[in-house]
Amino acid sequence: MRKLLGQHEFYLAMILTVLVIAIGLANPAFLTRANLFDLCKSSTVMGLFALGVLIVLTSGGIDISFAAIGAFSMYVTSRLLLAVDFQGSVWVAFLLASLIGLALGLFNAVSINVLRLPTLIVTLGSASVFRGFLLAFIGTSIVNRLPAGMIAFSRRTLFEQTLATGETIGLSFSFVLYLLAIVAVAFVLRYTLLGRGIYALGGNAEAAERVGFNLRRVQFFIYGFVGLLSGVAGLVHACTMRNANPFDLVGTELSVIAAVVLGGASITGGRGTVLGAVLGVFLIVVINNSLILLGIPSYWQKVATGGVIIASVAITAIRKDGVRHAAASWR
Amino acid sequence: MKPVVAAQGISKHFGGVQALRDVSLSLHPGQVRSLVGENGSGKSTLIKILAGVYQPDSGTIHLDGVPCQHLHARQAVRAGVQVIYQDFSLFANLTVAENLALNTQIQSCRRFVNWRQVRRIATEALAKVGHEIDLDKSVADLTVAQKQLVAIAKALLHDARVIVMDEPTTALTKREVAALFRVIDDLRAKGLSILFVSHKLQEVREISDTITVLRSGRKVAEGDASQFSRDDLVFHMTGRRVETGTPPSRPGASQVLFEVRNLTRRNAFEQICFEVQRGEILGITGLLGSGRAELALALFGLEPVDSGTIRLEGRDIRLGNVSEAVIAGLAYVPEDRTLEGLFPPQSIERNMAIAGLGSFANRFGWLRPGQLRATVDRWMKDLSIRAPAQQTAVENLSGGNQQKVVLGKWLAAHTKLLILNGPTVGVDIGAKVDVHERIRSLVEQGLGVILISDDLPELLSLSRRVLLMSRGRIVKELTCESLDHDALAAELAELE
Repeated sequence: MRKLLGQHEFYLAMILTVLVIAIGLANPAFLTRANLFDLCKSSTVMGLFALGVLIVLTSGGIDISFAAIGAFSMYVTSRLLLAVDFQGSVWVAFLLASLIGLALGLFNAVSINVLRLPTLIVTLGSASVFRGFLLAFIGTSIVNRLPAGMIAFSRRTLFEQTLATGETIGLSFSFVLYLLAIVAVAFVLRYTLLGRGIYALGGNAEAAERVGFNLRRVQFFIYGFVGLLSGVAGLVHACTMRNANPFDLVGTELSVIAAVVLGGASITGGRGTVLGAVLGVFLIVVINNSLILLGIPSYWQKVATGGVIIASVAITAIRKDGVRHAAASWR
Repeated sequence: MKPVVAAQGISKHFGGVQALRDVSLSLHPGQVRSLVGENGSGKSTLIKILAGVYQPDSGTIHLDGVPCQHLHARQAVRAGVQVIYQDFSLFANLTVAENLALNTQIQSCRRFVNWRQVRRIATEALAKVGHEIDLDKSVADLTVAQKQLVAIAKALLHDARVIVMDEPTTALTKREVAALFRVIDDLRAKGLSILFVSHKLQEVREISDTITVLRSGRKVAEGDASQFSRDDLVFHMTGRRVETGTPPSRPGASQVLFEVRNLTRRNAFEQICFEVQRGEILGITGLLGSGRAELALALFGLEPVDSGTIRLEGRDIRLGNVSEAVIAGLAYVPEDRTLEGLFPPQSIERNMAIAGLGSFANRFGWLRPGQLRATVDRWMKDLSIRAPAQQTAVENLSGGNQQKVVLGKWLAAHTKLLILNGPTVGVDIGAKVDVHERIRSLVEQGLGVILISDDLPELLSLSRRVLLMSRGRIVKELTCESLDHDALAAELAELE
């Protein structure tokens, strides 16, 4: 029990529970099945990105390019499949998008490893390169008619139910992809040596090398995997929106990183859990969703999200070091 | 008995610097050898050559009598050579268990982590050092002593036959040092060979069977520990007989400079009262955790205070406010100078000018570079800071010279009372004597100094009055008559 109390995730879950109950009392529409399904759907894309960011942050790096990779992969995939008039399964689209994402991620990995540059600089630069390349050479027009497979995927739901109003609700199938990714990332981080190598790298790179990790290989995995996840996330986004807009996604980087930090990951590396990241994303989605339900102007979403992030990190800092240190640190 | 590791005629240079010149060293099973020398004497280079991290220019390393032309790190590990570096090479973010087991897991070429096995390996490893540490605690939450035990246990896991410990007692309390020595004794009894690298001569003489002294990359002395006195070691390390010096005599008419009345902070210190005379060096000592560090920070306004007053030259100083303390004429030289006292990449000039910038500016706030340079020049000469130029980055200076820059910074700021917290921690003996000399000449000019230190010879050579702190209180005041090394050591031992 004492161990549980010492954990960031526990506090996050408490905040989330209190918030859900409070909003539910204020507006019963919040706790309906339809809205809960909607929350799950809304957290899917952000959550997929967040899993990638979690891995990078844990390793002591940072990746700003994942949104650009997501946009690139989904737009190129959609255009390509339309060009060949592809009528087959959506999984081909996913495969294609994830391979494109992987390739772009490996581009980051090579730059980081060969040029030995800070990850922030590399990904800041590559984000701009990917986006510029996409808009200059692939196109700027929004694709409104997606390939048939993608449309079918976006309509696919689980736990379908027809309401009295005649409206059909269900849990978007993409949420299953998110769950699979959660399990996979959690497994890699907890039960593989590669995953432990990511923590080791984030904790003390020099010692990680001394203890026998091949840091180059670990970094190639990290940035390649982030690219791959971003490709998947991008495609899910396109399916959810039922269009492929090359201007989408870019601009969401900071809120995803913020959600992961909210989930307890350390911005300087070495700490972070999948549960925390997932809760962090869900908390932000709940706040945004509830503000809409409560009729608060959407600009306030940004204020509320930022406030929650600062408050949460502050609570952790104070709990960890005692109030005195938190108070002394600004001096 | 055959040595496990023997280095013969090792030389190594970096650029134009000859780090080691024809050094030989052998490590025998069941023996503790100490390697002593000042900073830059080549100790760390030699360790790294033994560990296969550096390749020597000439000379050979024999492992179990077999010469190795190019010793690689992996070879050294396989032969049982383990180095415990000062940073311990541990992962603060991982648990004790994982820190211990990680290497074994990697070497067995596994892909997946077997957490049950991790715990088993860790339990076994800790049993070897005979201590219990919560396996699930993250290393960041351990004390330094515990981290060290984990590092030793980790070394033993790799069937270590030789353990090199680089300055292992730096951040340990006396009790923890004693515990470490028991572990070392135990390892020695098991037939391991230990290379104990340290500059704490008292400890070196206590633990070693044999001692090797390096100076400027050469081996200048070697022999049984019993044949060296402390002064001998100092002589071999520095190449000169160092006079420890005596505290400056008290000025004739005593004049109170600084008064502390009933200073209290909950859980740190209680009812602290003392005075410092003009021209006096007041020593304060106590064990780690006695509240002396907190007191030093509180006097300088870096930590809040619950109640009490401090007065300089009869005027009250507002507590808990650094800038007011500085303006009033207080200065604080921290223990960890690179972290708290300096801007390492910046020049000597900028580092020295920073605390008294206002006095180098004209009325519009523009700096007068000529005056600044002249002042810094004067202080560099006064403090005998050895550096190529004012523009030299402070990070390129030796520890002793860095400490003098910190002193200079406060002198430039017209300081009246100097609070020194461990002023010569990690400073060479030669430079230490130099720093002491500077401190003495400062008080001759009428400064007051509060010297917080656990270096007994340092206290004795500077202070005529020493306050003893324990559990946040001043428990004893020792003056001149009752002040000598044995008395002070006895008092401290009683507090343990």
